[in-house]
Amino acid sequence: MLIDWIIFFGLAVVAIASGIGLLLSKNAIYAALNLIANFTAVAIFYLILAAPFIALAQIAVYAGAIMVLFLFVIMLLGAERLGGTSTLRWQRPLAIVLGLILIVETVLVFINRSGAIAPIVEVTADFGSPAAIGESLFSTYLLPFEVISVLLLAAMIGAIVLTRRRDQKA
Amino acid sequence: MVPIQYYTALSAILFTIGALGVLTRRNAIIVFMSVELMLNSANLVFVAFARSFQSINGQVFVFFVMAVAAAEVAVGLALIVAIFRSKHNINIDQINNLRG
Amino acid sequence: MFFEEAVSSGPQFFNLVPWIVFFPVIGLLFNIFFGGRILERSRAGEKIVGGVASLAAGLSFLVSVLLAISLNGHPEGMVVPLADWINIGELNIRWAFQVDTLSVTMMLVVSGVGTLIHIYAIGYMHEDVRHNGDPGRFRRFFVFMNLFIAAMMILVSGDNYMMLFVGWEGVGLCSYLLIGFWYEKGKDGIGNALAAKKAMVTNRIGDFGFLLAAFTIFWTFGTFKFHAIFEKAPEVAVANPGALLFITICLLIGVTGKSAQLPLYVWLPDAMAGPTPVSALIHAATMVTAGVYLVARSAEIYVLVPTAQFWVTLVGSVTALFAATIAVGQFDIKKVLAYSTISQLGFMVAAVGMGAFVAGMFHLVTHAFFKALLFLSSGSVIQGLERGHHHVEHDPKLKKQLKGHAHDFDPQDMRNMGGLRERMKITYWVYLIGAIALAGIPPLAGFWSKDEILADASKEFSWAYTLLTLAAIFTAFYMTRQILMVFFGKARTPAAEHAEESPLVVTAPLMILAVLSFFGGLINLPFDGFHQFAHWLEHTLGEYAHPGEFILVVALLSTGLALVSLALGWWLYNPRRYEEFWAIPAARRPDDPLRSYIGPIYEALKNKYWVDELYWAVFLNPYIDLSRFLADVIDWRFWHDWFHDRVIMGGYNLLTRLLAIRIDLGGIDAAANGLAVLTQRVAERLRQVQTGYVRNYALSIFVGVVIILGYLLLR
Repeated sequence: MLIDWIIFFGLAVVAIASGIGLLLSKNAIYAALNLIANFTAVAIFYLILAAPFIALAQIAVYAGAIMVLFLFVIMLLGAERLGGTSTLRWQRPLAIVLGLILIVETVLVFINRSGAIAPIVEVTADFGSPAAIGESLFSTYLLPFEVISVLLLAAMIGAIVLTRRRDQKA
Repeated sequence: MVPIQYYTALSAILFTIGALGVLTRRNAIIVFMSVELMLNSANLVFVAFARSFQSINGQVFVFFVMAVAAAEVAVGLALIVAIFRSKHNINIDQINNLRG
Repeated sequence: MFFEEAVSSGPQFFNLVPWIVFFPVIGLLFNIFFGGRILERSRAGEKIVGGVASLAAGLSFLVSVLLAISLNGHPEGMVVPLADWINIGELNIRWAFQVDTLSVTMMLVVSGVGTLIHIYAIGYMHEDVRHNGDPGRFRRFFVFMNLFIAAMMILVSGDNYMMLFVGWEGVGLCSYLLIGFWYEKGKDGIGNALAAKKAMVTNRIGDFGFLLAAFTIFWTFGTFKFHAIFEKAPEVAVANPGALLFITICLLIGVTGKSAQLPLYVWLPDAMAGPTPVSALIHAATMVTAGVYLVARSAEIYVLVPTAQFWVTLVGSVTALFAATIAVGQFDIKKVLAYSTISQLGFMVAAVGMGAFVAGMFHLVTHAFFKALLFLSSGSVIQGLERGHHHVEHDPKLKKQLKGHAHDFDPQDMRNMGGLRERMKITYWVYLIGAIALAGIPPLAGFWSKDEILADASKEFSWAYTLLTLAAIFTAFYMTRQILMVFFGKARTPAAEHAEESPLVVTAPLMILAVLSFFGGLINLPFDGFHQFAHWLEHTLGEYAHPGEFILVVALLSTGLALVSLALGWWLYNPRRYEEFWAIPAARRPDDPLRSYIGPIYEALKNKYWVDELYWAVFLNPYIDLSRFLADVIDWRFWHDWFHDRVIMGGYNLLTRLLAIRIDLGGIDAAANGLAVLTQRVAERLRQVQTGYVRNYALSIFVGVVIILGYLLLR
């Protein structure tokens, strides 16, 4: 359907544009805002791809919590801009060349392997619903789920330890 | 419904942009955001294939990636704060203490 | 006495026999551990130490007497095993005691005379250790003496040649230790030590012969046991006469060493360096007779080998005459007795050589009595003179008489004596008895035993008879000379003038020995019904113990010749004549009246026929030169300087230098170092990859991703 294509390309342009904006923005705050735009676009893709739970999680966790954290840190440090030039002269041109090669390669993969991908079929309404994901998490993926909780705890403690001031130790 | 190949292509482009961000930017926070972008592009492919194969596993995996990313960001930003405290800078080109 | 015939009855104490060895060992252990303390703490210490030693010897004698009584009831004797010594394959040597009439005879002599000499030594050594300035040696003396008794008992009681050899070496060791008792004294301060060494080395030559004989015995008979050997000997004599000849001749070499026969007698005169009781016990009465005992013990072998018998007789009789002549030319009172001992041992060896085992053993016993008596009496004389000398030295008035030659006063030189008959009455009388016994004047012990040897010799060995008779003549002569020089006339020195008699502890054993010397002949009078000793030994020696005959002609001849010789001695050395001789001014006076008559011959006698010098020229000097050559040229210059230093050490140095510098430093070290340097250089380059910039690392990962993806595409 045409509307599908229009939505896809529209969102794709937003996503790519905000990505390039992230890449090129001098100010870290602009970069963060670009990234939020990107995440939002991707969240809408998730909705289209029948993943409403993930889409909401994307908005809440990424665009919301994580990016707010980023912004906090940027503001806290006052490090939105950097002076001076890079000492790694060959880094940027090499990176651009490699990036182009990577795109060419992925395109080649896209061309070579397009036959292997199955056609899109309709899915049931409850596919990707929070209930379905919850069921899967608490049955098949119970152990990884628990491990993730421990990981988050560890990250929390690590963040506290790392940001603690030396003179506060005693 | 747009075929799944377009999603993968978009994901590839976003991934490359993220990678270029990691490779070319010197601001540690922007490098970090680029990493998030790369993770996000990978998530997009997961969800796309989940839709294509009608398997919930892809979406569960995205959920895990998000959790790990959240943890990573927490620790990573803490590191940046700690580095800023000692160096008063977050230019990663000035951090080469591990030079051989 | 206990010689009556009796067949296996009466008490028997054979199992006591090990105590003949244990008692002296206990005695010496006691003195080793407690003697020193007793001597320090107690004023009667010397009496206790000497008393314990004497008691040990006396108990040994008591056991010997008990054994003799047992043998009287059980004349066949007994072998009492005590312990296994060596047990290897066929070689089985045990420490067992052979109790038979022959060995018990020796035990009685050794422990009996030994006990008397121990008692005598308590008095003698009391003064000896003080004269020589080291009272601490009193204990050591008695330890050695007890050790000697123990070793001698092992020698005479062994039931095989190896145990006999153990004792043989043990007494040799004691002899060495006691000759060198005053090892720091003597000529140049080493004279006594050299004498001890000489005894040791000379005996080693004899022992070498003994060992050869022992090896051949084992090779031929496969055992060392007396009984087993004697049983097989007649067969072997037929089958392998050469082996028996070799055994007997080698044993003879051992005998010449231990019993001081030609040509190995030279150590015995020098052995007089030891204290006089030692000379009496070891070098006159007991140890030197071990050779005679050995031949008597081996009688059943010797009678099978006439050639060996001939050689034993020859050695014995020639030695008897040879030594008797030398004794005539000596001035040292103990040297005269030493040569006399050699001569008398020659008699015994000749006797056992010609098969007169009873006569030989008989003479051994009587000789032990009268020669021990003579030696002990001479010790009494020497100490009497020393006391006189001491008295003179400490009396200011008398000291003037010494006229400067006080320091080199020799109390053993008979020329320094004279007139002691008045001052030392007991010593004089016992000495006279000993001398007459030795000279062979009836009815004293020496006459009977010597006469039995001469009687036996006269029957078959006329040449030996001649030699021995001549030796007997000389014997009477030199004893007359000695008695007259020592005891008669006037005192020739102040020391002799003030000589004093010895105490009772010294004279009492002398008197006992004098009695034994007087009546000792009674044990084997050559008349029917009096051959007790022959019958006694018959139980051991069997048919070879034939009782001696009394040949009137021989007896009369020997006695007559002895008396003539005695008269000749009186004529030459009678007090009046000797004083006249002594009155001649010293410059023109010869050293002995005899020199006036037989000048050059006398010189030869005085110098002992220059045998020592001959040995030096023929054996010792070439040997020393050879040793020097071997040590200096072969060992030092060739082996040490050239072979060890130059060849081995130099070569090794060269090799090590090559290995160290070329192989190790140049090769192995260089390789190791090179590897290290290479690693370091590579690392220098590689470390630059680690820039420490996160973006560099990320770039390399990205490169990897691109390459892997490219690879997957192109695959």
